[in-house]
Amino acid sequence: MINNILLLALAFFSISIALSLYRVIRGPSLPDRAIALDTIGVNLLSAIAIVSIILKTKAYLEAILILGILAFIGTIAFTKYIERGVIVERKSND
Amino acid sequence: MVTVLIAILLPFVCAALIPLLYRRLRRVTHLGWFVLSVPFILFLLLARYIPQLAEGKTVIHTYEWIPSFNINFTTYLDGLSMIFGLLITGVGSLVILYSIFYLSTKESLHHFYCYLLLFMGAMLGVVFSDNLMVLYTFWELTSVSSFLLIAFWHHRKASRAGAKKAMMITVFGGLSMLAGFLMLYVASHTFSIREIVANVEVIRDHALFTPALILILLGAFTKSAQFPFHIWLPDAMEAPTPVSAYLHSATMVKAGIYLVARFSPVFGGEAVWFWLVSVIGLVTLFWGSFNAVRQTDLKALLAFSTVSQLGLIMSLFGLGSVGHYYGYEENSILYTQASFAALFHLVNHSTFKGALFMMVGIVDHEVGTRDIRRLGGLMSFMPITFTIAVIGSFSMAGLPPFNGFLSKEMFFAAVLAIRDVEAFSIADIGLFFPIVAWVASIFTFVYSLILISRTFLGKLQPEKIDKKPHEAPLGMLISPIILCLLVVGIFFFPNILGHYILEPAMASIYPTFPTTSELTPHIHAWHGINAELLMTVGVIIIGIILFKTLKSWKPLYRLFSQKYTFNTYYNRMIEMSENGSQKLTNKYMTGNLTHYFVYIYVFFVALIAGYFVWSDAMTFNFDKDSAIESYELILVFVMIFAAVWMIFAKGRVTAMLLNGVLGYSIAFFFVIFRAPDLALTQLVVESVTTALFLLCFKYLPDLMPELPRKRVQWSKALISIFVGATVTIVGLAVVHYDRFEPVATYFNDAYELAGGSNIVNTILGDFRAFDTMLEVVVLLIAGLGVYALTKLKPRKEEADHEN
Repeated sequence: MINNILLLALAFFSISIALSLYRVIRGPSLPDRAIALDTIGVNLLSAIAIVSIILKTKAYLEAILILGILAFIGTIAFTKYIERGVIVERKSND
Repeated sequence: MVTVLIAILLPFVCAALIPLLYRRLRRVTHLGWFVLSVPFILFLLLARYIPQLAEGKTVIHTYEWIPSFNINFTTYLDGLSMIFGLLITGVGSLVILYSIFYLSTKESLHHFYCYLLLFMGAMLGVVFSDNLMVLYTFWELTSVSSFLLIAFWHHRKASRAGAKKAMMITVFGGLSMLAGFLMLYVASHTFSIREIVANVEVIRDHALFTPALILILLGAFTKSAQFPFHIWLPDAMEAPTPVSAYLHSATMVKAGIYLVARFSPVFGGEAVWFWLVSVIGLVTLFWGSFNAVRQTDLKALLAFSTVSQLGLIMSLFGLGSVGHYYGYEENSILYTQASFAALFHLVNHSTFKGALFMMVGIVDHEVGTRDIRRLGGLMSFMPITFTIAVIGSFSMAGLPPFNGFLSKEMFFAAVLAIRDVEAFSIADIGLFFPIVAWVASIFTFVYSLILISRTFLGKLQPEKIDKKPHEAPLGMLISPIILCLLVVGIFFFPNILGHYILEPAMASIYPTFPTTSELTPHIHAWHGINAELLMTVGVIIIGIILFKTLKSWKPLYRLFSQKYTFNTYYNRMIEMSENGSQKLTNKYMTGNLTHYFVYIYVFFVALIAGYFVWSDAMTFNFDKDSAIESYELILVFVMIFAAVWMIFAKGRVTAMLLNGVLGYSIAFFFVIFRAPDLALTQLVVESVTTALFLLCFKYLPDLMPELPRKRVQWSKALISIFVGATVTIVGLAVVHYDRFEPVATYFNDAYELAGGSNIVNTILGDFRAFDTMLEVVVLLIAGLGVYALTKLKPRKEEADHEN
């Protein structure tokens, strides 16, 4: 029973990833796409958590944490890119 | 025993010494005097063996070189190699003596004599080697040293062109000869010529026998300037005259003749051999004499005459090979006479042609030109040179009392005798041989007359020549005089030569014949009135008529033969091959990466998919596949959409974001397939890559150049689909390959073996740490490379090293 629910949840997460993919593809603007990718990351994070419940393992906890951090950093990097055109700023005299 | 080895090595050793001696000797005397001693000593050394060889003995000695490959330095001295050995050293001595007076000390003599000695050693190596590979080595050395000698005056364009052409043609022949030798080795399992001759019955039925025959003949024909490979010889006349006299009349061009004579016992009984050697020889004979008439340069005339005479010798060896077909019986003696005549004319030709070349050199040296249109009337100024020219030319034309008469009579006898041979269906065209031979002899007579009369008779044309003509110094005349004495001497005492030198050589050509004394005819200067003599009389009469009427038929003749020069064909062939290969290379080496990828992928698909289809390995087995969950399916479709859309993405950032989707999804599949380490790494690497892409995008224009209206290139799409399909199908075909037990079971004991429970990490860090180390190095190099690329910029003057 629980297993079925978990699988159903996974399927839903997949669907929501697919929907976010539509946003990534269609846009219309760059921030839309960036947010969509962030959503995909978060959904993947949840999906991995559910998978690790199904597989009854703790081995993916690092992956979950890392994904959380990376999704954050990635989004920040994007915002910076969208705002300024560069990710790493240099000193003005460079 | 060691003499033959010394004979081969001494020229090389002396060639090595020349640079040392040159500095010491250049003030004192002409370098040639030192060099002269080499062939002279060798001549005496070799001459000591003449009585021994006349008794039928041979001298053989083996020095190990590469015994594991059956390549040994085996020297073999028999009658045939003795003739050549004596010619090389004898004519070599005379040529060097001549060159001492011909070349001034202002020339770079050390180069000249070094090359000449190299050539001499190589040539001796060719004739004394019993091992095919060693023979080939020396063969190529003669090509190389002759290349150097032809281009001795390398500041002249014509010299370089002539040397290049000679090199191209002779090396082409040399390489095909090497292939022929290797085929013989495959057939006989030995490199030794004597052993091949001894086992010839076994080899004859081998499939490679005929290809080897043709390839070896190709080598012989190119070296001996046979039709249609004769074109290099007239161009090689750009060499100094001593070189022309030595290489291009007496020695190198006879290397091919030597090869034919040497391999006669192996291939002699074959119809292919007979037809190729005799017919090509005859065609060369005719073509050379026909073309010699229209030359205006004395050396070119002599070059074509050499071509023609070499054809004569070659065809005689072809006719003589009939003797091998018949074997030892009364009948065959008649045909072996042709081989004897060939050997006899070989010696005769070396004597009179050497003298003629030296004569031309004297004229060139003393008058300043060798163009017959500017020469004439030199007889009274240069009486000795004139005498030499008359003796040489009349011998060449086949007149008594010179040795050319004897060999030409024997030649006529051989071509007349060949009509009656019942083998190889010769009888069908029996008359062809005597007629061609006779016509060619008429032309020979005509150009011999031209040589004498245009140079020495008629009126002197002082306004056309630069120097006041006078007789050459005595030193220059010694060598041609000695050769002329030989020319006359051989006519009066031919049987001494026949018995001591030619008879042992006949034994080498017909080793299966029990006795050779009957193969050696008693040469008579006068043998009664017979067909041969009448033919000679006809040659003289028609030759004189043709010579007298030369002016009336020469223009017509010139027009006729101008169209058919093989030089034109050769030049066109070289040009076409150069242009063709350039066009071909330009066609596929476009410099466009896309094209190269097309080649790679098409090749990949053709090879891999082709092989899988051909070997019927495309078998799929879905039984062992695990069940697919719905969420997996959805994610797969997500990835497919992302991947496909990436191709059509309109902006860089979109494509990169889709790439991110792909990367994250892959990480999720790593999770599903229980690879936490991979998932971790994949996530981090994906993020870093994305960040790097973003970094790069700053420096790129906003839109991808091809993206906005991406041209749909169906060929590219098709190739991509094929590549994808290939990879997918191959993956599906091999995924359940379980013929062998996987090695992974071993790693399951990782905790006991390496003390770690993370199998992936123990493999990376313990079992196969070597890979890890090198991958760390790869990362290091990549980091350093990036640093170098960003920080180090070329200074302005060093910029742009590419291309």
